[in-house]
Amino acid sequence: MGLQVDITKRFKGFTLQVKFNSAEGTLGVLGASGCGKSLTLQCIAGIITPNEGSIVLNGRVLYSSAKKINLKPQQRRVGYLFQSYALFPNMTVEQNIASGMQGTKQQKAKRTEQMLQRYQLEGLQKRLPRQLSGGQQQRVALARIFASEPEVLLLDEPFSALDAYLRETLQLQMLETLKEYTGDVIMVTHSRDEVYNLCHNIVILQQGRALIAGNTKQLFKQPIYTQAARLTGCKNFSRAKKIDENTVYALDWDINLTIKGPIPYKLSSVGVRAHSFMPAQTQAAQNYLPAQILEQVESPFEWNVLFKNKEAKSKTQPIWWKCSKQAFPAGLPNGFSVAPQDILLLEDGFAEET
Amino acid sequence: MDLSPIFISLKTASLAIVITFFLGVGTAWGVVCLRRPKVKIVIDGILTLPMVLPPTVAGFFLLYVFGVQRPVGSFLVRFFGLKVPFSWGATVLAAVVISFPLMYRAARGAFEQVNPQYIQAARTLGMPSYKIFWRVVLPLALPGVASGGILAFARALGEFGATAMIAGNIAGKTRTLPLAIYSAVAAGDMGSAMEYVLVLVGIAFIMLAGLNWLTAKKGYNGAGGGR
Repeated sequence: MGLQVDITKRFKGFTLQVKFNSAEGTLGVLGASGCGKSLTLQCIAGIITPNEGSIVLNGRVLYSSAKKINLKPQQRRVGYLFQSYALFPNMTVEQNIASGMQGTKQQKAKRTEQMLQRYQLEGLQKRLPRQLSGGQQQRVALARIFASEPEVLLLDEPFSALDAYLRETLQLQMLETLKEYTGDVIMVTHSRDEVYNLCHNIVILQQGRALIAGNTKQLFKQPIYTQAARLTGCKNFSRAKKIDENTVYALDWDINLTIKGPIPYKLSSVGVRAHSFMPAQTQAAQNYLPAQILEQVESPFEWNVLFKNKEAKSKTQPIWWKCSKQAFPAGLPNGFSVAPQDILLLEDGFAEET
Repeated sequence: MDLSPIFISLKTASLAIVITFFLGVGTAWGVVCLRRPKVKIVIDGILTLPMVLPPTVAGFFLLYVFGVQRPVGSFLVRFFGLKVPFSWGATVLAAVVISFPLMYRAARGAFEQVNPQYIQAARTLGMPSYKIFWRVVLPLALPGVASGGILAFARALGEFGATAMIAGNIAGKTRTLPLAIYSAVAAGDMGSAMEYVLVLVGIAFIMLAGLNWLTAKKGYNGAGGGR
C-alpha cells in the first residue's frame, strides 16, 4: 500500500528519473531548487505526464506507460497544496472549500460548515482570499483539499511564501493537521528544518534523480553522500584518504582525523557540521586544529567564525564554526577540536553534471 | 433625418455581438486547449485573417460562398428558402465575420493570462472541465473578455466594406449608419451625413468610456508559481 513512484520525464537538457515508495507518515523530498522536486509532485497529480514509468496509489494504477494508463487529475484523488495555495480569487472562502465537493446542495453546505469549524475559519466564509492573512489562506487551502477527500496529500514548499515568524507557527499547525490525516503525505522542500520537523522519512533528490532515501534522523546523522550531507546542512567538506582503521587524512584541511566507525570502501571526503567544532586551547584535545581566524560574522543568535588550519603545510580550505551566543567564549580560541563521532564519512553520489 | 439606419445598425450590431461573443469565446478556449503548437499557429492564423485583410475581401468570399449561383447559396435557397445576399441577415453575417477576430483574440489572450495553477488546482480537486471553464477560467478572464466584446461590438457597428458587398445598400433594409453616411455624402447631403456621423461618434465614445471603466476595475489575477 501507499504510493509507489517510478517515473522518467525528459526535458531539453534535464531528465527527471525518480523512484521511491512512501512508507507510513510523512515523506519529505529534499533537494536544491531546480532539482525536479515540484515536477515529481506534478507527475503524481497528473498535471504533467511522464515519458515512462508507473505511479501506483494504494494498489490503484494512476499512471503506467506499459499498460497505457494515464488517469486524469480529476480521477486520481490526489490533494495538491500549491506553494501559493492557488485559492480561486473570484470565490469566497466557503465557495473555495465547496468547489471540489460532490453531492447535493445541503450535503455540500453541511460539509463546508464542518470544514470551516475544523480549520478555525468561522466568520470568514464570505471573505475573498486576498482579504485573508497567509496563515488563514493556508488553512482554507487545506480545508478545500481535505473536503475533496484525497488519498494522498502533496505539499509543494508549503511554507516558502511566508515570513519566518508565520512559518514556525504554521509548521506546528501543519503537524497537527497531518496527525489527523490517515492518508500518505509527501512534502517537497529545500529547507532541512521543515524536513526534520515534519517528515519521518526523506528522499534526497539531486539533478532529477533520487540520491538516497531513508529515515530522516538517521540520514541527518549519517548522510553517506557528500551531496546529501550538503543538503542536510553540513557546511565543511574536505577530500579525505584512509590512513588506517581509525584515522583519515583530510587533504583540504591538512590534518589527520581520528574517526569512529567503519570507513566506507569508496570514501571520498569527510564532512563536519559547523556546530560540531568545540573551542580547544591545547594539543591534548581530540582532533585538535590550530586556528587562524579569518573572519567573524554576527547573526541575531549566533556567531559565525571562519578559520583555517594555522599550521598547514599545504594550501587549505577555510572552515566554518557556528556557535550560539550563550556558549560563545569570551576570547577567540587558539584552536578547535571535533569528536570522532561528529565526523561524517562520505562517498560521492553520482557525478555532478555542471 | 431618416432614423432607419440608426435602428438597423443597432439591431445588426446587437445580434452580431451575441453570435460573435459565444463563437469567439468558445473558439478561443478551444484553441487555448490545443496541445500541438503547430496546429495552433495555423488555426490562429486562419481565424485572424478577416482582421488584417480589407473587409472587401471578406465580402468577396461571403458572396463567393453565399451567392445564389454558388453551391452553398443555391442549397440554402432551395431547401430553406433562404436568400442571403442583400437581406438584413447579410448585414449580420458581415458584421460577425469582421468582428469575430477581435473577440477571438481578446478572449484567447485573456484565457492565456489566467494563472495555470488555478486550473491545475481545480483539476486536482476533481472539478469537471465544464465547471472549471465556467467557474474558474471565465470569471478570471472576464475583464479581458468583456473588453474584447466591446471592441467587437464597436467594430460590428462600424462595418462598411463587407456589408456593402454582400448586403448592398438598400434603404430601410440593409442601409446601416456607415452606408447611410456614404450615401448621403454621395448625394451631396452633407447635413444628413453630419447627423449620422455625430450619432456614430456618440455611440463609439460611450463604448470606449465603458471599456475604460471596465479595465480600470481591478482584476483578480496574481500569485506566482514554481516548479
